[in-house]
Amino acid sequence: MDAIHEMASGSSPIHRLSPGAKLLLTVSFIMIVLSFPKYQLTGLFFFVLFPVIGYQVAGIPVSTCFRKLWVVLPLVCAVGIFNPFFDRKILAVIAGVKISGGVISMLSLMLKGIFCLMASFLLVATTTIEEICAALRKIHCPKMLTALLLLTFRYVHVLLEEVSLMTDAYHLRAPHQKGIHHSAWGSFLGQLILRTADRGSMLYESMILRGFHGEFLYAENKKYSRLSWLVAGFVLLLMIGARLVDLTALLGSLL
Amino acid sequence: MITLENVTCAYPGGKQVLETINLHIEEGETVGLIGANGAGKSTLMKALLGLAPYQGKITIDGQELKRDTLAEIRKTIGFVMQNSDNQMFMPTVYEDMLFGPMNYGATRKEAEEAVEEVLEMLGLAYLKPLYNHKISGGEKRMAAIATILAMRPKVVMMDEPTSALDPYNRRRVMETLKKISGTKILASHDLDFILDTCDRVLLLGEGKLVADGKAEEILSDGALLERYRLELPLSLTRR
Repeated sequence: MDAIHEMASGSSPIHRLSPGAKLLLTVSFIMIVLSFPKYQLTGLFFFVLFPVIGYQVAGIPVSTCFRKLWVVLPLVCAVGIFNPFFDRKILAVIAGVKISGGVISMLSLMLKGIFCLMASFLLVATTTIEEICAALRKIHCPKMLTALLLLTFRYVHVLLEEVSLMTDAYHLRAPHQKGIHHSAWGSFLGQLILRTADRGSMLYESMILRGFHGEFLYAENKKYSRLSWLVAGFVLLLMIGARLVDLTALLGSLL
Repeated sequence: MITLENVTCAYPGGKQVLETINLHIEEGETVGLIGANGAGKSTLMKALLGLAPYQGKITIDGQELKRDTLAEIRKTIGFVMQNSDNQMFMPTVYEDMLFGPMNYGATRKEAEEAVEEVLEMLGLAYLKPLYNHKISGGEKRMAAIATILAMRPKVVMMDEPTSALDPYNRRRVMETLKKISGTKILASHDLDFILDTCDRVLLLGEGKLVADGKAEEILSDGALLERYRLELPLSLTRR
């Protein structure tokens, strides 16, 4: 999490874009990617370019996203894992191998999940959580929701810190064990919840003692160039264009 | 400046933590709050900030502590927590320092001026761009104090300001405290630190205010301190 904080404080052109513009682009990207029909795999391929170019311009290796999110990736990939069993209609034959609709829809779901994850991580890695929340407040997102988003983000941070501390403490007293023995799972989890709840409430106290009331005044006052919105508009048009025209298939037909 | 009248604190479940506390702290005083573990020091400070349930009357800077005066009172009292990790939540020291003043209505320019002034006063300008997770415990404590001072509070309250600090950083905290004007309330087990920095001491024992007087008098009363599970400061035992 600390590394993400550091990444978000960078100064690349993507970092310098207005948080509102980045939020708009990310949400649009996710909506457009999710709008693809389940068998339209070729159109989807082209969309990998948006996050990959984003990572390049931001100076963040794409592998960072996968390294940081390795815990979530199997879950994303597991979505649709049963599709090949239910949808057996053959839709394509490649080099004599029959490809069923289930396999295509499974791949399509996996790609959608991975692309959305890449785009979301790019947003978080180039924009601080306060800036995201401030951008959400600007579009009149309820204070309660933005505060919840901010506190959840901070809670995850505390949770990871405490897990690391507790795991170290456990291994120091159980040096020959791999992982945490199942007999300790219950107490480990219970202690983790108690400790994080305690620290979480102290962090919240620290915030309210310094006047936090749900607004993100300290993030809002940064000035961003109007160019941000021009860039966002241009990229958005490209995305819409790529959604309407299957560029991968078009390129294939030209070859 | 701060008045407590018949303040009693009990947490849900009935455990009495503070019992009929009456005291008055004048503006500009530096008061040490001492007592063994569980004596009620932290609860008393939390009650002053409206973070702990209490009965009785608390008045701070002429305003009674109530729901509608809470924001103003929290602006008046700057509280430095025992664990700086729980206090510093923004990515960098600078952003953390801007957080308080801007939430309390300062413009970005005003907040930046306040931050620069505090950093210069404490000789911490080098911390400004640093990430909170990359600075040492001592630096983090100094940065936590700086975040509170940037709010320009009338009262500075600190919970165990010297705990887990090496002698050099402990001395830095003491020097910083001497630079700060206004009312200060310092809760600590470090009685030498209290002796060096405070004019007056409040001794809490089992939730009651058992002694209130000049720091030198209370901290040299070995029998009184021992009765409440404390010991004479080292500097006095060497005399």
